[in-house]
Amino acid sequence: MIKLTVNGSKKSFKGAPFKRLIDALREDFGLTGVKEGCGEGECGACTVLLDGAPVNSCLVPLCQAEGRKVETVESLGSPEKLSKLQAGFLACGGAQCGICTPGMLMTAHAHVRSKAKCDDKSVRAALSGNLCRCTGYQDIVKSVIKAAKGGKR
Amino acid sequence: MRGDAGSMTVLSPRTAAEAVKAYAKAPSALPLAGGTDLMVGWNLGLMNGRSVLDLSRVAEWKKINVVSDGVDLGSLVTHAQIQAHPVLRKRFPLLVAACATVGAAQIQNRGTLGGNIANASPAGDTFPALMVYEATARVVGPHGRRAIPIGDIFAGVKKTTLKPGELIEAVFLPFPDEAPTRGAFRKVGTRAAQAISKTVFAGLIWNGKGGVLGQVRLSFGSMAPTVRRLHAVEEFLRGRRLDEISISAAAELLTNDVSPIDDIRSTREYRLRVSRNILTAFLKGELK
Repeated sequence: MIKLTVNGSKKSFKGAPFKRLIDALREDFGLTGVKEGCGEGECGACTVLLDGAPVNSCLVPLCQAEGRKVETVESLGSPEKLSKLQAGFLACGGAQCGICTPGMLMTAHAHVRSKAKCDDKSVRAALSGNLCRCTGYQDIVKSVIKAAKGGKR
Repeated sequence: MRGDAGSMTVLSPRTAAEAVKAYAKAPSALPLAGGTDLMVGWNLGLMNGRSVLDLSRVAEWKKINVVSDGVDLGSLVTHAQIQAHPVLRKRFPLLVAACATVGAAQIQNRGTLGGNIANASPAGDTFPALMVYEATARVVGPHGRRAIPIGDIFAGVKKTTLKPGELIEAVFLPFPDEAPTRGAFRKVGTRAAQAISKTVFAGLIWNGKGGVLGQVRLSFGSMAPTVRRLHAVEEFLRGRRLDEISISAAAELLTNDVSPIDDIRSTREYRLRVSRNILTAFLKGELK
């Protein structure tokens, strides 16, 4: 049995230890916010935080998440009460088709939370592992900068 | 066919000794470190039914130890850990710069130095830096430990000189006797992030007395089946004054040590031209 913490709650998993983290999150824990794009670590759509750091959940076998903390987009806010970052994406048009958005949010969340610089250059560098085929990135970068300026969380 | 989790056997050693023992018992197991390469193949269904030797619990291989004569990097140290380490940032900046160009944050947070070496891609971004710092890989196997100069661990495309049952446990970076006068790292890919290099360079120069070059170490990746030191160029330049003539002669000697090919990422001609330009710019002091 594999034990891990997902969005603050303790979970145990009894299936195959080599199941991918993304599949366990979606199929076993019902967290369908995490999206699969390429399945080969190129696009970042499946980004979740593992012990606070962005990782591609399509490249993590569950056995390597044992005893660790996982955060998904569901930990950010709810439709009734969006997080600052989610509100920023809404206000600035940071989401279009939406497939890349959960991954973008989680990578950006880790960046903003780390108290790193949130100017154009550093946000672009932080998000460089997350591909978007709709927005052209400008509005995503703006969304993150706006949210970071708006204060904590 | 996708990866079938139910078909996999996972071995989970908790110490180096357990890892070596488990690997000896299951020699066909696939060693797994950060998974950034292995899992790509697995997702495609290429490894179904195999055993995996998951090394991620071997805590002793996750440490960076600064010792009197250098830095000992556990094989499971990630590219992100290397970038964050103050001593590495100060003393081995080319390795830090190289780690910052591997994939993007998600890959740097998971991919390990040992995994990168064991994979032996001709395009490994960290390899030219490891070559000019004259790093040594320390491997452990059923017959004990041995140290391998980094240049000797690569046998060809995706092939190493590791013997059956051997695992990489650390990479040792010796402090240079004298701080280099200057150094540079440069990777050329299709885009800045998430790209595999078309050519990748690291170079160090120590000025000698009287305006001539003392020591020089130069290395290119993606320009041959394995990473290469530019022995002919280095030998030619040692003790020479760097000027227009010596630099252009040096750039011509590049092909003594590299043999780039046409492939999906680039062409031989492009790689040679860009690499000569990088080398020339570095020797002129124009590469930042």
